Amino acid sequence: MAGESTPQQQDQDFADYRGVWVLVEHARGRVNTVSWELLGEGRKLAARLDVELAAAVLGNQVDHLVDEAFEFGADLVYRVDDPVLEYYRTRPYCHGLSSLIRAYKPEILLLGATSMGRDLASAVATEVLTGLTADTTMLDVEPPPSRLLLASRPAFGEKILATILCKHRRPQMATVRPKTFAMPPRERGRRGPVIDAPLGLTEADIATKVLDYVAEEHYGLKLQEADVIVAGGRGLGDPAGFKLLEELAEALGGVVGASRAAVDAGWISHEYQVGQTGRTVRPKLYIACGISGAIQHLVGMEKSDMIVAINKDPRAPIFQLAHAGIVGDLYQVVPVLTRAFRERLGGQPLLSA
Amino acid sequence: MARTPHVVVCVKQVPDTTEIRIDPKTGTLQRAGIPSVLNPYDVPALEEALRLKDRFGVRVTAITMGPPQAKEALQRCVAYGADEAVLLTDRIMAGADTLATTYALWRALVKLDAEHPIDLVICGKQTIDGDTGQVGPGIAHRLGFQQLTYVIRLREIDFDRRTIEVERVTETAREVLRSRLPAVLTVVKEINKPRYASLPNLIRATRYEPIVWNGQNTDLDPNLCGLKGSPTIVSKTFAPPPRDHQCEMIAAADLDQVANRVVDAVLDHPVIRRLREAPAVAGVAREAAPAAVRGSGG
Ligand SMILES: Cc1cc2nc3c(=O)[nH]c(=O)nc-3n(C[C@H](O)[C@H](O)[C@H](O)COP(=O)(O)OP(=O)(O)OC[C@H]3O[C@@H](n4cnc5c(N)ncnc54)[C@H](O)[C@@H]3O)c2cc1C
Repeated sequence: MAGESTPQQQDQDFADYRGVWVLVEHARGRVNTVSWELLGEGRKLAARLDVELAAAVLGNQVDHLVDEAFEFGADLVYRVDDPVLEYYRTRPYCHGLSSLIRAYKPEILLLGATSMGRDLASAVATEVLTGLTADTTMLDVEPPPSRLLLASRPAFGEKILATILCKHRRPQMATVRPKTFAMPPRERGRRGPVIDAPLGLTEADIATKVLDYVAEEHYGLKLQEADVIVAGGRGLGDPAGFKLLEELAEALGGVVGASRAAVDAGWISHEYQVGQTGRTVRPKLYIACGISGAIQHLVGMEKSDMIVAINKDPRAPIFQLAHAGIVGDLYQVVPVLTRAFRERLGGQPLLSA
Repeated sequence: MARTPHVVVCVKQVPDTTEIRIDPKTGTLQRAGIPSVLNPYDVPALEEALRLKDRFGVRVTAITMGPPQAKEALQRCVAYGADEAVLLTDRIMAGADTLATTYALWRALVKLDAEHPIDLVICGKQTIDGDTGQVGPGIAHRLGFQQLTYVIRLREIDFDRRTIEVERVTETAREVLRSRLPAVLTVVKEINKPRYASLPNLIRATRYEPIVWNGQNTDLDPNLCGLKGSPTIVSKTFAPPPRDHQCEMIAAADLDQVANRVVDAVLDHPVIRRLREAPAVAGVAREAAPAAVRGSGG
């Protein structure tokens, strides 16, 4: 950190910093799909800047991730493959990624706003002394010559969006919420050049050791990946209400979600929560039952392709977001709806997996 | 134990975001009269430090960077049971982003460390106003302390042998990490259930005056502080874009009719129809998902 210079003084044109990078996040080789979503969005930014889109893949035996990164749109992959990187730990990953940045100078670096992405991005931004925007939900770039990343993120309890710029430091870094951007199409067999870099650390250099690691099929992840979600709120009035929602979800081949009010009431666990302090989801179909539509809930599901709302209050804000709305008592509507879907779908899921 | 271990908790005074309103015309925040609170995520961070005080008699110092009125947040910490509190305040720090914030806090922590060597720093996982979660890791990195984030359980700590064992939760796993002191933890709310302030501490807090440091006595370079020292700037704020569609309200004489029309509307939605007609296309987007979901290989 010695010789840190003020960000506002360092006015260069950064001509040697080029390219858009995405960090490929994974847990012991299992990818977090936010990385592919970011390749999809990064492709648009790279096109506007007329530069290459690169993926940074760090881990132990990550060839399959390198291949997939190409198939989801990377032009180039930077790879650091080392047994020390078997588990995510801040120090070696920060070291590896920072070294890549110093050597190959991207102008933009995107990571998922996940526990790993936030942990790593914060350390790397501090190491290379650049600006980092957290939790962005909109990305754009100004065309050359400014080439600035316009990273917009919700602020103040999601009530407002703020566009953040990093003018005098490179790379411009941002973490992006999962499910904010759509998955890009996969082009099988697409390949490109791989640049290998050494990690430059050994196990002896790292103080933190992983004693135990239990992969948990977190319900939240299943929720995040679901195509159909039937969510319930305070309007259920009773934990037993979720039984009804489960039946509807089952008829559709979907899963159950919840508002925070339902979680706070103790009717269902936090893993089911959708919204600002729960999961961001992007299913094809979201059915909101007895949910009023508070902004903190909406930000977690507004990107759903189709939203159906069932609420007994015709003025509930959820109807402003929904595509189809039913004013009525969910205890009457949901069972009939379940039956109707069962009949029409003939026992098949709405969308086949 | 050769000396009393020292645990520092970094806190922030934040506006109660639930109370903030947006001017619908200008898209700007109406912040006047908004009450300030101790960042809710910092309370379990402080509680974890106080539990170490109960168990090992550690010294607990709360520190914040903020305007003079942030003193209230520190008094709150004293009410819960913090021994001492430091307010880092100076005009030059105004408008700091996370990089400039961690710079100033780092300098103050170095000064604090020189007075009473720091064994552990605990932060909340994020604040409710900035929501970044970047300050804890930034401090860890600058101090060269071990960085342990999203901690849900402090399993073991040994101030003599300089070891710490924590459990952390990620989206896909639960991990147990063993690391070295000094370390910086960021903790999730589920780590504990904070205590209530005791009466003697409450009384102490009302009269408590924190130690006040400014840029000069922490040896800060003004060019690295506040707005000047921040690589990021807010270029504009705006209200979220309005929705571009109308909700079709489905009403009919009987519920069966309503239900059937909902089913029609769902099956007729362009995205759903396309996926049902061409499952091969659906496979493309869906392919990558199971890899992350599958629980095997743990
Ligand atoms: C910092 C912060 C973070 C937050 N994060 C989240 C988050 O992540 N997720 C989240 O969901 N919330 C979050 N909230 C809370 C949010 O502001 C709302 O309080 C919450 O979403 C309300 O949940 P609800 O819609 O279920 O309950 P309510 O707002 O009480 O709405 C219940 C609805 O049910 C309807 N109803 C009642 N009975 C029936 C019936 N029989 N049939 C049909 N309809 C019926 C009512 O008309 C009403 O519209 C957060 C708040 C804060 C301050």
